[in-house]
Amino acid sequence: MGATIWFLIAQLATIALVLVLVHRPLGDYMAAVYTSKRDLTVERGFYRLIGVDFHSEQSWPAYLRSVLAFSAVGILMLYALQRVQQVLPYSLGLPPTSEHLAFNTAISFVTNTNWQSYSPDLTLGYTVQLVGLAVQNFVSAGVGIAVAVALIRGLAYRSSGTIGNFWVDLTRGTLRLLLPLAFVSAIVLIVGGVIQNVNGFQDITTITGGSAIVPGGPVASQEAIKMLGTNGGGFFNVNSAHPFENPTAWTNLFEVLLMLLIPFSLPRTFGRMVGDKRQGIAIAATMATLYLVSVSLMTWAETTGSGTAPHLAGAAMEGKEVRFGIIGSTIFGTTSTITSTGAVNSMHDSFTSLGGGMALVNMMLGEIAPGGVGAGMYGILIIAIIAVFIAGLMVGRTPEYLGKKIGAREIKLASLYILTTPTLVLVGTALSFAIPGIREEVATVSIWNPGLHGFSEVLYAFTSAANNNGSAFAGLTANTPWMNAALGVAMLLGRFLPILFVLALAGSFAAQDRIPASAGTLPTHRPQFVGLLLATIVIVSALTYFPVLALGPLAEGLR
Amino acid sequence: MKFRQTWTAIRAMLILTAALGIVYPLAVTGVGQLALPAQANGSLIRVDGEIVGSSLIGQSFTDAGGNARREWFQSRPSAAGAGYDGGASSGSNWGPENPDLIAAIQERQVAIERADGTTDIPADALTASGSGLDPHISPAYARLQAAGVAEARGLSAADVSDLVESMIQQRDLGYLGEPTVNVLQLNIALAMLG
Repeated sequence: MGATIWFLIAQLATIALVLVLVHRPLGDYMAAVYTSKRDLTVERGFYRLIGVDFHSEQSWPAYLRSVLAFSAVGILMLYALQRVQQVLPYSLGLPPTSEHLAFNTAISFVTNTNWQSYSPDLTLGYTVQLVGLAVQNFVSAGVGIAVAVALIRGLAYRSSGTIGNFWVDLTRGTLRLLLPLAFVSAIVLIVGGVIQNVNGFQDITTITGGSAIVPGGPVASQEAIKMLGTNGGGFFNVNSAHPFENPTAWTNLFEVLLMLLIPFSLPRTFGRMVGDKRQGIAIAATMATLYLVSVSLMTWAETTGSGTAPHLAGAAMEGKEVRFGIIGSTIFGTTSTITSTGAVNSMHDSFTSLGGGMALVNMMLGEIAPGGVGAGMYGILIIAIIAVFIAGLMVGRTPEYLGKKIGAREIKLASLYILTTPTLVLVGTALSFAIPGIREEVATVSIWNPGLHGFSEVLYAFTSAANNNGSAFAGLTANTPWMNAALGVAMLLGRFLPILFVLALAGSFAAQDRIPASAGTLPTHRPQFVGLLLATIVIVSALTYFPVLALGPLAEGLR
Repeated sequence: MKFRQTWTAIRAMLILTAALGIVYPLAVTGVGQLALPAQANGSLIRVDGEIVGSSLIGQSFTDAGGNARREWFQSRPSAAGAGYDGGASSGSNWGPENPDLIAAIQERQVAIERADGTTDIPADALTASGSGLDPHISPAYARLQAAGVAEARGLSAADVSDLVESMIQQRDLGYLGEPTVNVLQLNIALAMLG
């Protein structure tokens, strides 16, 4: 056990070192991408083809309409692709998916959730995976960053009626940021052993004379953007536990870094764009603190290995790969659930009760430590607004953040944002057990593990969907009409209601002039503010979710 | 106004689909197939020119009834299909208190104790992996099996034991992951031993 701690520290130190080195150039680059006045030739051609006036910025309702129109088209296209899969090339002879599965999957990938009610090995051919899913992996990430940048602009602009141009933000984020990074990362993954072919399933004869199947597929191109865009939808059923998605311990660390890269660099971009880098450091410090505490707790739970089965086996190795070991699994599992990626390299359903509970808690924090690409950034800025408001109440001053007043309209929007996902999680879970007919189906068809753990599976599913994470207690059979529909709605509202509130906030901040800081202004770059942010996050999440956690992982794990 | 946005969205989606859904994966496939064909095609292992597996995908070394064949080193238990089904990767997803998991672990303990005469069994021998295709076992599990395999093949225990030690792969960069033994590669080397 003593050595374990050192291996954990060494891996976390590596992650920290890489992020410390990379976040400055990457954060500055992103700031340049989203503020540059220059358009590349290929971009200008693209804007002409799609009929966009790229010189003009949009008001927040126009920006929102563009986000919604683009996402709606994405959902319809992805739905259609799945429903005509049988006539598409490279479909491996697979039939179209059912209406409710196509509905769920289309929403899932457009909302950057990548919840998978199906087993990809047996359900989706190469064309749907590439032309449908991989495209959404890019553009849903691009949408997330665009919305975050729009909010940052709102804080940075003074007396402005606009917050940027969605089409320009989407195009630049995809073309200048995600595409080059994904390409390089895909090649690195191939070096490590991730496959990239169109071979289909290969039957072979083993050395014992038996037969075995070696799967094929264009995996590396998918895997790279899946991690980088904090999407998380696996090419194979078992996601990054599959040796062809994540072959070695070093590709495991590489994939962890890909998930953290953009979310931990955006605070720098934020600091740059609002003209005070210290503001970004305070945000990043808050994220990093939560991440460290979380990864330590999950690693403690898994290496301790309490629970009947882990105790009997000698360690919590059920559902974990030997090449990653327990630490490689908890670092990946924490990163994936706290960034809203939702990829897994080990089966969270088989984690110890408290270890699996930590995965739940990570999502319940609201995906802000550091959260998904873009979504984490706007999520924590909302928390910052709440924190400033609470502090303002305590000292009896009008709260302000970065020179912008937090008035009635602003705090209402921030509160609605905070209330959206918990409502979806708790109502969705409750309805699954409350509606006669549904209840029986959930209990007998969907739930896999008996007892309290079965409840946790359903709670996990709604937490994952509403927070756009996408990981699962995968024993749950979610490919039923109720689960596909309810989780689909949770993903849709969990993505676009918060975006609505964020863009409305961006609009109202942009319209304000900047109030000069005075002696009474709460400084938002000091350790004191980091502490205030942390307290706000913990109190808000704990008050919301403690009761329901007590029914699931806590009841199972604390005895 | 809304109509215009929708047309813009449709055109943007189609062009982006061509770029990100077709050109990008083809470019990665091109580089992979030209520069790194061995990895891009699945790190396949050939014996006498015939493909016998992938160094990354685990296989089972059991008889038709699922019982361990004593002349081969055994992989971990697997929940992929009937066991190591490369077309249906899966973990068991059994929770820590699931009676089925508890029973499975006890059953495996009894089987290994009967075959190898020890109750000191590493956890990876008693549990199914996440993928169901784990190509590795821990060095401890390989060592545990060495004497039995040597006996079944009529080899000296020392030779097989040395082979196991030579096949242990240390942690990546000295600190990432865990030490492993690749079961397929170990068994291929074993077959060459006699």
